[in-house]
Amino acid sequence: MNKPLRRIAIFCGLLVLALLVRDNWLQYVKADSLKNDTLNRRVTIARYATPRGDIIVDGDPITGSTTTSKSGLNDLKYKRTYKNGPMWAPVTGFASQAFGATQLESIEDGILTGNDDRLFFRNTLDMITGKQRQGGNVVTTLNAAAQKAAYNGLKSQGGKGAVAALDPSTGKILALASYPSYDPSSFAGNSTSTDSKAWTALQKKNNPNDPMLNRALRETYPPGSTFKVVTAAAALENGLYTSADQNTNSPLPYVMPGTTTELKNEGNIPCKNATMRTALRVSCNTVFGKIGADLGNDKMLAEAKKFGFDEEQFTPVRSAASVFSDNMNKSQTALSSIGQFNTAATPLQMAMVASAVANDGKLMKPYMVDKLQSSNLDTIAQTDPQELSQPLSSKNAQILQSMMETVVKEGTGTKAQINGVTVGGKTGTAQHGVENSENPYAWFISYAKLPDGSSPVAVAVVIEDDQANRDDISGGGLAAPIAKSVMEAVINSKK
Amino acid sequence: MSSTTNTPTHHTSTIGAIGAPSRRNTELAMLVFAVVIPVFAYANVGLAIDDKVPAGLLGYGLGLGLLAGVAHLVVRRFAPYADPLLLPLATLLNGLGLVAIWRLDQSKLLQSIGVAGGKATNQLIYTALGITLFVVALIFLKDHRTLQRYTYISMAGALVLLLLPLIPGLGANVYGAKIWIQIGSFTIQPGEFAKIVLAIFFAGYLMVKRDALALASRRFMGLYLPRGRDLGPIVVVWMISILILVFETDLGTSLLFFGMFVIMLYVATERTSWIVFGLLMSAVGAVGVASFEPHIQTRVQAWLNPLHEYKLSQAGSHDGILHSEQAMQALWAFGSGGTLGTGWGQGHSELIRFAANSDFILATFGEELGLAGLMAILLVYGLIVERGIRTALAARDPFGKLLAVGLSGAFALQVFVVAGGVMGLIPLTGMTMPFLAYGGSSVIANWALIGILIRISDTARRPAPAPASNPDVEMTQVVRPS
Repeated sequence: MNKPLRRIAIFCGLLVLALLVRDNWLQYVKADSLKNDTLNRRVTIARYATPRGDIIVDGDPITGSTTTSKSGLNDLKYKRTYKNGPMWAPVTGFASQAFGATQLESIEDGILTGNDDRLFFRNTLDMITGKQRQGGNVVTTLNAAAQKAAYNGLKSQGGKGAVAALDPSTGKILALASYPSYDPSSFAGNSTSTDSKAWTALQKKNNPNDPMLNRALRETYPPGSTFKVVTAAAALENGLYTSADQNTNSPLPYVMPGTTTELKNEGNIPCKNATMRTALRVSCNTVFGKIGADLGNDKMLAEAKKFGFDEEQFTPVRSAASVFSDNMNKSQTALSSIGQFNTAATPLQMAMVASAVANDGKLMKPYMVDKLQSSNLDTIAQTDPQELSQPLSSKNAQILQSMMETVVKEGTGTKAQINGVTVGGKTGTAQHGVENSENPYAWFISYAKLPDGSSPVAVAVVIEDDQANRDDISGGGLAAPIAKSVMEAVINSKK
Repeated sequence: MSSTTNTPTHHTSTIGAIGAPSRRNTELAMLVFAVVIPVFAYANVGLAIDDKVPAGLLGYGLGLGLLAGVAHLVVRRFAPYADPLLLPLATLLNGLGLVAIWRLDQSKLLQSIGVAGGKATNQLIYTALGITLFVVALIFLKDHRTLQRYTYISMAGALVLLLLPLIPGLGANVYGAKIWIQIGSFTIQPGEFAKIVLAIFFAGYLMVKRDALALASRRFMGLYLPRGRDLGPIVVVWMISILILVFETDLGTSLLFFGMFVIMLYVATERTSWIVFGLLMSAVGAVGVASFEPHIQTRVQAWLNPLHEYKLSQAGSHDGILHSEQAMQALWAFGSGGTLGTGWGQGHSELIRFAANSDFILATFGEELGLAGLMAILLVYGLIVERGIRTALAARDPFGKLLAVGLSGAFALQVFVVAGGVMGLIPLTGMTMPFLAYGGSSVIANWALIGILIRISDTARRPAPAPASNPDVEMTQVVRPS
């Protein structure tokens, strides 16, 4: 009987071996994916087990943490709080015990909870010294004064809208506001009576204003006339015109190629055979439509792409991709070149356009996280400015700057003028809806240039207001004052 | 003793009988570790959860130490040549199980659903009962061969035990598997006891019939096929295990009993063909029943796609089938433990909720002790099994050999089925980890199992009485070792 006994011994050994192998598979090979599975409640428990690190603007935290009641079965110790939540929501996103996290709260979750591998050494040290583990901080590039100016400007308009402001020389995001907004504090906990109700009320299906939409990054609008800056850049870069003051040989009325449709201007403006400077100042659809048609789809698309169109930006919060279509015929290209047809842009995208012009043609990658800090304020990671592309040569950028400065000095953008500062800008009033039946969007993009030649801020403002009188909506009237106050806030904070 | 094991060449493998050291002091030293390790673990849990050494530490340590001490003294007195590893290994597992149960007792979530709270105290009482049965077995069972007399009574007893859960009003359906009976507030899992009683029956029966069963009628593809009429017993046992599967809807119990029988049949007859038959029959049975039994199908679904099952359970699926989040929760617990674990008291295995401290207790070990700790525990189980089979090898009588291998084999299968189920290697069943899991039946029955193994190993390792009654035995013993 001993021979089969030995075999049974081997068989039992194999059973145990199978268990050991399976255990290694589970706890070694698959351990990380199981551990970090978002459905695994431990992820949520860990996120709220220690006071969450803060998101910092201008040295002050715009977030906080508070202990939750220990009664009952609540296994989450801390809850997120927000200072001035609605104003900062497009930057912070939210971290809710019940509804997960988004944007910076989600992307930098590892740092904020202190679970990130880069904090391993510090955590080990804390464990040895018996200190509670603490989350690190996310230091943003934002400018509190600019953000406040942007948010209050939108708020006083009362309609929906968004603002994005950049530092042209680095790509730092200075302001990122969206209105109407929401207070992420209102559903940061997991109470079914208060937090769930607040959350449900904010959902788009219950609130047509969709307050949780981050319009500055995630909504694309037809850019309207502000896109003419891109078209002008394409004309200069492709050598169609070499100066701002050269006659463009544009007819009026202008019938789009391949059609019998006239491309119309808004009102009776001097567009016949106008220079690009004049055309931009009074916002001629005919001139820029013809430039687009003359250059053709491919060249326009190439230039738009250099400005960042057709691509998502990771700031690190993802922005929607702005659109400039491919495979269009000449008339469609003409319409697209004045910011209509399929062309659509996020406010961030249009701020990038203004910033590239202001930065002598260099487009910097937009970013909002300056650095990551451990809880004792050691820098763990720092974002370095990065050049994304060069849509314009330095010479052409200066030509375009002078054109945009004319717009503010004596054109449609006079409301953005700032004493002692050179401002360049472009208004836009984008038609939308079937047969242009809906209220247009009011756009304004601009940059400010200090006497020393440096350009500290470029900004894009969009306002969609279905309450307002149609005639009132124009980029120069509604959007330019907001852009002005944002630029002033940045300039004043530099002093 | 059979002719095959009595030849001098085979004798070299058995444990030396002459002048064998009793190893009782080794056992005592190991027992100290087996008590001290859980005591430290207990202190660890308290420090992690409440930042202080738990108040019950002294009582708990003394309790476990006292039980282990009594068991040791009884072994020293009544089974002095017993295997020195079995008692410490079982004590260690039992002690660690108590710690894990106490740790889960602290969970408010488990308390709120009535799974935890004071369960560690109950388990300590069950352990005391188990050790009592262990002691009684050693004192009153002077020779394991006595059990041979009860072969057919055992059969009847095993049948009754297996059928008990099916009696209306007595049987309890827990999460689909009907392997419990309920008396008042107590639930008993008769299968745990049936395991031992059946092993006694199989050993007695096979010892008598093994020569007949070993007869081969013809050879086919390298296998000796048994005669048709000799297939009778295996068919009967197969049918009973199929009935268990159908009526008690528990794959694990069914597999355990059939597997134990096949192992013992193979050892008794030395015919590989029985293994082939056994595998074929269990495959046919399992697939056949699974094709129409919804509970088994659910378990298989949960095994193949635990995440989907989890989502169904969260969504409150209304398809009439009870979906359970447990399988996925257990996998998350294991994964979150990683290589070194979170440390005692710092995991979240309470998320498994129902049966977190019984069927799924291994997940707590996996999460809090990590891969390293769980592998150590699995190896402890492996050691118990292999010491049991070593005892079978050393036993000098076929009944003892069969009984020892039957009990060890059943123990191994149970560990495999439960641990494999919890770790997602095979579909989940309703059995529990021996010694670790909360549950009176399991602890008491397994202590009895260890008691019997210790009794057999004592007989096997005991120096042969001189003068030998059988001159043949005397002669062979003088010859070895050559």
